[in-house]
Amino acid sequence: MTQFNEMYHGTEVRIPYARLQDWIATMPQELRSLKQAEAEALFRRIGITFAVYGEGGDPDRLIPFDMFPRVFSGSEWARLERGIKQRARALNAFLVDVYGRGEIIRAGRIPGRLVYQNADNCRTPSGVSYMLESREIMMRMFPDIFRENRIEPVDTYSEKLRRTLASVAPAKCNGEPTVVILTPGHFNSAYYEHSLLADLMGVELVEGQDLFVDGEYVYMRTTEGPQRVDVIYRRIDDAYLDPLCFRPESMLGIPGLMDVYRSGGVSICSAPGSGVADDKAVYTYVPDMVRFYLGEEPILRNVPTWQCGRPDDLAHVLANLPELVVKEVHGSGGYGMLVGPKAAKEEIERFRAKLAEDPANYIAQPTLALSTVPTFVEEGVAPRHVDLRPYCLVGERIELVPGGLTRVALKEGSLVVNSSQGGGVKDTWVLAE
Amino acid sequence: MLSRTADNLYWIARYMERADTVARLLEVGSRISLLPSAQGYRSEWDSLLQATGMAHAFAKKHGEPVQRAIETFLFFDRDNPSSIASCITAARENGRIVRTALTTQVWDALNTAFQELRGLEGTKRSSMDLSRLTDWTMRHAAMVRGSIDATLLRNDGFNFLNIGYYLERGDNTARLMDVKYYVLLPRVDFVGSGLDNYQWTTLLRAMGAQRAFHWAYGGDVTAAKIADFLICNPQSPRSLATCTAGLVNHLSRLAKAYGRATEAQDKARNLVSGIETATVEAIFDEGLHEFLTRYITDAAELATAIHNAYLGGEMR
Repeated sequence: MTQFNEMYHGTEVRIPYARLQDWIATMPQELRSLKQAEAEALFRRIGITFAVYGEGGDPDRLIPFDMFPRVFSGSEWARLERGIKQRARALNAFLVDVYGRGEIIRAGRIPGRLVYQNADNCRTPSGVSYMLESREIMMRMFPDIFRENRIEPVDTYSEKLRRTLASVAPAKCNGEPTVVILTPGHFNSAYYEHSLLADLMGVELVEGQDLFVDGEYVYMRTTEGPQRVDVIYRRIDDAYLDPLCFRPESMLGIPGLMDVYRSGGVSICSAPGSGVADDKAVYTYVPDMVRFYLGEEPILRNVPTWQCGRPDDLAHVLANLPELVVKEVHGSGGYGMLVGPKAAKEEIERFRAKLAEDPANYIAQPTLALSTVPTFVEEGVAPRHVDLRPYCLVGERIELVPGGLTRVALKEGSLVVNSSQGGGVKDTWVLAE
Repeated sequence: MLSRTADNLYWIARYMERADTVARLLEVGSRISLLPSAQGYRSEWDSLLQATGMAHAFAKKHGEPVQRAIETFLFFDRDNPSSIASCITAARENGRIVRTALTTQVWDALNTAFQELRGLEGTKRSSMDLSRLTDWTMRHAAMVRGSIDATLLRNDGFNFLNIGYYLERGDNTARLMDVKYYVLLPRVDFVGSGLDNYQWTTLLRAMGAQRAFHWAYGGDVTAAKIADFLICNPQSPRSLATCTAGLVNHLSRLAKAYGRATEAQDKARNLVSGIETATVEAIFDEGLHEFLTRYITDAAELATAIHNAYLGGEMR
């Protein structure tokens, strides 16, 4: 299996990583251990911890932090940025269309069943706090490498987010809009992130119980009485937003919220229903959306993806199962997936049966999709697989911070980067040109 | 500020103050156990349990009040909601919920206490003196309090924290005195006896006020002087006078900031004037127990009024 190591081109060190070569070469082992311990102490002290669903155990577990950064040159990033923004524009157009006239479906570019079956699914872009805190910690521990390299700052994110949220305030709002972040509460594994963003933006962090609907508006309960809320940046799923509309047993939501939303009394970000775009099967159509809505050629290629719901694709997937990664369409957190080259025979056979039973529930991708970046491991430095999660904000304008969350699979050869399954995070650098 | 946030702040303060009081009680207990005493120290330990209001729960779990079991019960036991471990964990959890309303230093103080607590819980119990545990608790309580004073904005959140502190502290002072009066002094003819005075000194020690008392009054320790010190004297940091004045101060600041007074302000003013006009003679005439019971009830009503006005988030 060939894999791309982002630091090297053959035996040459690629330019963005040039200075890091000296940095690791001159770092003694003791210093490295010391710094690693310091980083962990900092994470713990700040309180960025992570609870793994369904495992019990330590609720204050740390996500492993790898000090070896992942680096993009300015021009590499510029291309990525154009591509990401292009996808964002297309997806935005798609959401407007899907909940409106549905032209892309009528034009036969996307099968309607995909969209309408899955319209209840939404994920929120978690992890941005790791991007922000990893950077803070790296700058604190290694000021020298920041002086030597010119690295674009990422701490503009919160300001961009605040502006984006204010820009979508409903027409009924006069004056400075009141923005809040809606969290499921402090037992949620991403609670730290919610509170960090609230703090950085200077907005209230509310739970469902803090909000109530009265007439045409939503209010929060404050020590000075009810205060009207204009924009809700929600970090809870659609299904929990409004017990009158979705799950009646939801304790997290606000009864009547959807009525106020529909009548334009409050804006909700991401808009209810936008989760349809997260769907892994819909994902495969993003290049088609770019062509359909924007009339442009996609700048970024999708990872080649086979839709197991299509008979041809399914045949290909079944024939090549040991080489492929198979994922559930709705899956997240790296659960319920098959990594063909790493899997035992029985597991592959188990997936074969699953695929036969409900093919439309799965997609498959080649395993070489993830590149590697040098990573600190027990024996020194070794390549490990990474992915990239950029954070794109779509409001009046489309904005992207230069950086993102790089997740790394710390086990040798592993392709599973999810923090719930032993993945870690790295600081992600974009060099200024 | 969100009502829920104000509520969390208020409870951070109450829990930290409670942890501090429990540590002081434990310290007194261990001190008494080192001294020869006419009655033996077991009844003293029992009275300390009475002071925390947890005697019943302890008896149910452990039976006889044995020192080691009491120490564990008051410091480590998570089943005891007033144990130091429970209080610090609850304070830190409340802090985690309202991270945005705290400065980094305050959060750091809360979180460090919690992380170190986990270390203590993992340490062999026999390798830790009780004095180390009580010192540790008082130090962290002071660090949280100090970082609040030193770094927090003087906004409504600061007022809610202080309201929590003063309510809890006044309540603790009143209960400690009441326990002394009712439990330590089984018969009224003990009043003025040597035993009586020794126990009053113990009480002062529990309040960390023994030396302060001598500076303020001099001469013999008498019940009247101590009651004056712990109830009427505005110089004493734990006196009811100080606690109620603090409540009035912070509630007035809230009323001013919000441009609106509530039932809570009225109740606080009544509480303070009840203390200000009281003299030691009048208090002993009424009966110390009756006076303290009245204070505890009034303070609880004030807490309810504060909840209704600010923390409960009722729709108005």
